[in-house]
Amino acid sequence: MNIPATITPQMIEAAPVAPLVVARNVHKSFDRLEVLKGIDLDVSPGEVVVILGPSGSGKSTFLRCINHLEAINKGSIFVDGEQIGYRLKNDRLEKLSGNAIARQRRKIGMVFQQFNLYPHMTVLQNIIEAPVGIHGESRKAATENAMLLLDRVGLSAKAGSYPRHLSGGQQQRVAIVRALAIKPKLMLFDEPTSALDPELVGEVLSTMRDLASQGLTMIVVTHEIGFAREAADRVVFMDGGHIVEQGRPEDVLGKPQHPRTQAFLSRFI
Amino acid sequence: MSAAFPTNPTGSVDARDVATAHRPFRTDRLILWTITLAIAANFAWVVAHNENFGWPVVSQYFFDPTVISGLYVSLGLTVVAMAIGVVLGLLLAIARLSSDKLAFTLAGLFIWFFRGTPLLVQLIFWYNLSTLFPTLSIGIPLGPTLASWDTNSVITPMTAAIVGLALNEAAYMAEIIRGGLLSVDRGQAETAEAFGMARARTLWRIVIPQAMRSIVPPTGNQLISMIKATSLVSVIAMADLLYSVQSIYNATFEVIPMLLVAVIWYLLITSVLNIGQGYIERYYGRGDRRSGDAAADVSTNAGPVSPIVQEANH
Repeated sequence: MNIPATITPQMIEAAPVAPLVVARNVHKSFDRLEVLKGIDLDVSPGEVVVILGPSGSGKSTFLRCINHLEAINKGSIFVDGEQIGYRLKNDRLEKLSGNAIARQRRKIGMVFQQFNLYPHMTVLQNIIEAPVGIHGESRKAATENAMLLLDRVGLSAKAGSYPRHLSGGQQQRVAIVRALAIKPKLMLFDEPTSALDPELVGEVLSTMRDLASQGLTMIVVTHEIGFAREAADRVVFMDGGHIVEQGRPEDVLGKPQHPRTQAFLSRFI
Repeated sequence: MSAAFPTNPTGSVDARDVATAHRPFRTDRLILWTITLAIAANFAWVVAHNENFGWPVVSQYFFDPTVISGLYVSLGLTVVAMAIGVVLGLLLAIARLSSDKLAFTLAGLFIWFFRGTPLLVQLIFWYNLSTLFPTLSIGIPLGPTLASWDTNSVITPMTAAIVGLALNEAAYMAEIIRGGLLSVDRGQAETAEAFGMARARTLWRIVIPQAMRSIVPPTGNQLISMIKATSLVSVIAMADLLYSVQSIYNATFEVIPMLLVAVIWYLLITSVLNIGQGYIERYYGRGDRRSGDAAADVSTNAGPVSPIVQEANH
């Protein structure tokens, strides 16, 4: 099998900063089905990594492993220097309690395919729930910050609306704002445009492009090749639970080396 | 416009505008209404003029101090037993849904026992607890006793009634709440957890408010059954509403009028509860499309004025 060698900072021209995300030999199975078969990936601070791949390649599962929504079976994942879900105690690896895992997740924002806004809360309440309830911000400061962020995505007029009054594209932009409101070090996007009507995809992607240009560390699972080409610092192509190929977007998307990448990309031309 | 209008139907374009349509007069409906109202009026007249109902006795005893104190006992029992039942039921439901085998099994046993035996039998058992355990004590299992009470001093009719009704209610509420929690999309809890919310807070802030929409209607049902189930405590000499009217007709032999007093009070209480339930359902349905208030729906289509309309609504 073509498990790639450990990825070293050769991908990034910049100075050797410590990577924000480190995944080593990550394996994940659902019952007997092995979905991830040894993933190694480093993501530097400020890097925008787009993961492409056919359905069932394990890309969404890998994303969900990064914030421990799925527990991995083998290997290790570190975010910001902390091993996700575990800690070393007296030289033995110990599973963390639910509350300790919750604490680790507080610096990771996530945007879901189905938006998952809280339907019983208004847009504003959705956004300030985590900053006020978990990060201990004052309601006033959180509201000001939320309104600022809403303004950036052009939705400040919707602060008092319930999610059902918004279009899919608006809901997803609110979901992005909700994730940004916790001032995350890392943002995970799980197919953020897959549940949207085609004419609503653009507004969400343009919001994401803005974030990418502002130096936010992002890992994006998507089918939007165009977004990968324009916004990604690195494109990772996954297939069958492996990283098959990765590199700068112009290389991976322009002249793919691996036959499976070529076959996948040929469908988009 | 008229060119596009099909030519074969008769009438002008204006005459075909559905906004001008009226509903035809239905003679058959009128006849049915008349017959139904006539029967209802006749029935009301018969009931009102039948001396065996003893309406003067009903009105004489309706606000009798004994009846009113019985009413308070019934209402108090309902509130206390229901409150304990809901809280305990919530804990049981959470235990039932947890991955902890011990909690899951204990909750399962509790529900199995208290749903599987008649409430009347449970009440009699609690009342007669002293025949099984003459003293109640707190201590370390197989070790020393720390405190001890005479069972008969602890288990009064009141405590037996509360314990019996509450534990039985908890078993039913556990299943209602469990169903409600399961009805909430799994993605909601997952999202809250992805944002670093602890399990308890996720449950309290995200899952339970959404589950309430499917928990409230059957809970209303349970509350109404509970009001009526309190009448069972008359068998353990608890002076509830039914017991009070019984104690009066045992002396006056006005059985039917006194039962009518109780029936009317029960109906009045359940009617008030039904109205309350409607308000609660509307509150928990506020994010839902089906129960959306018209003004909020208009606001989505109202364009630039929408924020103002929404401000007025919230």
